Amino acid sequence: MVTSAPPIVEVAELHVRYGRCAALKGITLDVRRNEILGIIGPAQSGKTTLLKTINRTIDDVPGAVVTGTVKVEGKDVRQVEDVFALRRKIGMVAPLPVGLPLSIFDNVAFAPRMAGVRNRRELAERVERCLRQAALWDEVKDRLDSLGTKLSGGQQQRLTIARALSHDPEILCLDEFSIAIDPVTTMRIEDVLKELRTRITIILVTNLIQQARRLAGRTAFLLNGELVELGRTEVIFSDNPANRKTYEYVNGIFG
Amino acid sequence: MNDHHAVFQATPLTRRKQCSEVIAMVVFLLMTSLIVLPLLLIVGYLVYQAWPILSLDFLLTSPKHGMRAGGIWSPLLGTVYLVVLSLVIATPIGVLAAVFLNEYARDNWFTRIVNLAVINLAGVPSIVHALFGLGAFVLFAGLGKSILAASLTLAIMTLPVIIASTNEALAAVPMAFREACWNVGATRWQTIRHIVLPNSMSGILTGVILQVSRAAGETAPIMFTGAVFFKAIREGHLFAYGLFDQCMALSMHLFTISTQVPDVPKALPYGIAVVLLSTVLAVNALAIIVRVYLRSRKKW
Repeated sequence: MVTSAPPIVEVAELHVRYGRCAALKGITLDVRRNEILGIIGPAQSGKTTLLKTINRTIDDVPGAVVTGTVKVEGKDVRQVEDVFALRRKIGMVAPLPVGLPLSIFDNVAFAPRMAGVRNRRELAERVERCLRQAALWDEVKDRLDSLGTKLSGGQQQRLTIARALSHDPEILCLDEFSIAIDPVTTMRIEDVLKELRTRITIILVTNLIQQARRLAGRTAFLLNGELVELGRTEVIFSDNPANRKTYEYVNGIFG
Repeated sequence: MNDHHAVFQATPLTRRKQCSEVIAMVVFLLMTSLIVLPLLLIVGYLVYQAWPILSLDFLLTSPKHGMRAGGIWSPLLGTVYLVVLSLVIATPIGVLAAVFLNEYARDNWFTRIVNLAVINLAGVPSIVHALFGLGAFVLFAGLGKSILAASLTLAIMTLPVIIASTNEALAAVPMAFREACWNVGATRWQTIRHIVLPNSMSGILTGVILQVSRAAGETAPIMFTGAVFFKAIREGHLFAYGLFDQCMALSMHLFTISTQVPDVPKALPYGIAVVLLSTVLAVNALAIIVRVYLRSRKKW
């Protein structure tokens, strides 16, 4: 499933510091259009920070200093004038499910509304489409006006994915989405991602190594803020990836 | 078998533990009751002393015969004016400032100075507020001794507490909600307007309501800035005071008839105290009801 389309995200020599602590130390990688890029690595390796630089929510982190460039569709994200439009281009799913304290419908309609969509029918269509894409529609279609925060953890995570899809992103970033949900729901979401990858680009940060193996066309291995290796998933998980550390991490020898 | 039983048998050590457990519980319970006791005694004593004078007429007629007779209509109305006006001034400023501090401001020297100022302002004695109000509003701004000047003084006094309570209410909204909103391209203001404020309203309201009782009870800040010994107003008329009038106020009235006027009927000051106290208690009860109601609708 490795595509050779031009990269949709290009990261070059990216450094991020939080005060004195360096989180990313010169990352260079690219994400190709309509691929699933897996990013694996132990805690503190800078995976979440990398995602935050792409949609520039790093701006809201006090004390974060960014150097180097991140380009989305060829445009440097720090030159972008409408950062909110940039963020709508990117769907972001955080590790812990976040149902906003709104109804299920309003959770999904939130982003389009904030972007100025007022037409009720258009909103309703979009909510249904996104909930279907996130494999949640059948469970909630009869109670769209009940609170999103009262759903179970797995449902809330799918609600989060529906919300991330609600603003028609071209890139979907998932940050350890399965950390707080059960294996069955995880598999359902993985099926969702397989569906989606024909249409959008997915960056899948995961601490489940096998998840990257199942889904990703290419996989990047981050360690202590450095990119150890980026390559075809088969190579990363083979007996002889380019870097010895990759082999050791993937096979559970450390990490 | 025997070993297993021995595990659950009381040893002298467990008996000692149980004993100290009971003692600790009783001591804590006693201390807790001690808090309630004074309140009950005060309220009981006041109501007992004020009983002969309490009636609807007492509330609705103004003081007569050099304040030795009549009711408390004019000071009651004055207090209402002062409290409402001061909160109308202080609430928007305090809430908006707190929103800025909590939602927009970064941690830098400016916000640190502001936060320090808020904390210190909250600790300034009310008599100092009074002198400031006299200097700034009555004399410098040329408002004279007036309801407006007194309300502004009260507003400054309540402002830091409103900021602090609003801050707390805003901080209680989980950060994850804000991040989720920013992630889908919502602006800070959209996030505040649709997520943060609706879910911190109960805390903000409670904080503001609690300031009602504080503003109603203070004497010093209004003594130099707008409250007077006696003022005749039209009875039965809700808008009997103008913004630039001086007014009577309950706390001030209680002070003057207790210390400045000879031969006041004994029940009169107690009557005023009961009205003042029950206003305060009623307002606090309202705050509790608002909080309980809004918390029952808490959404996460």
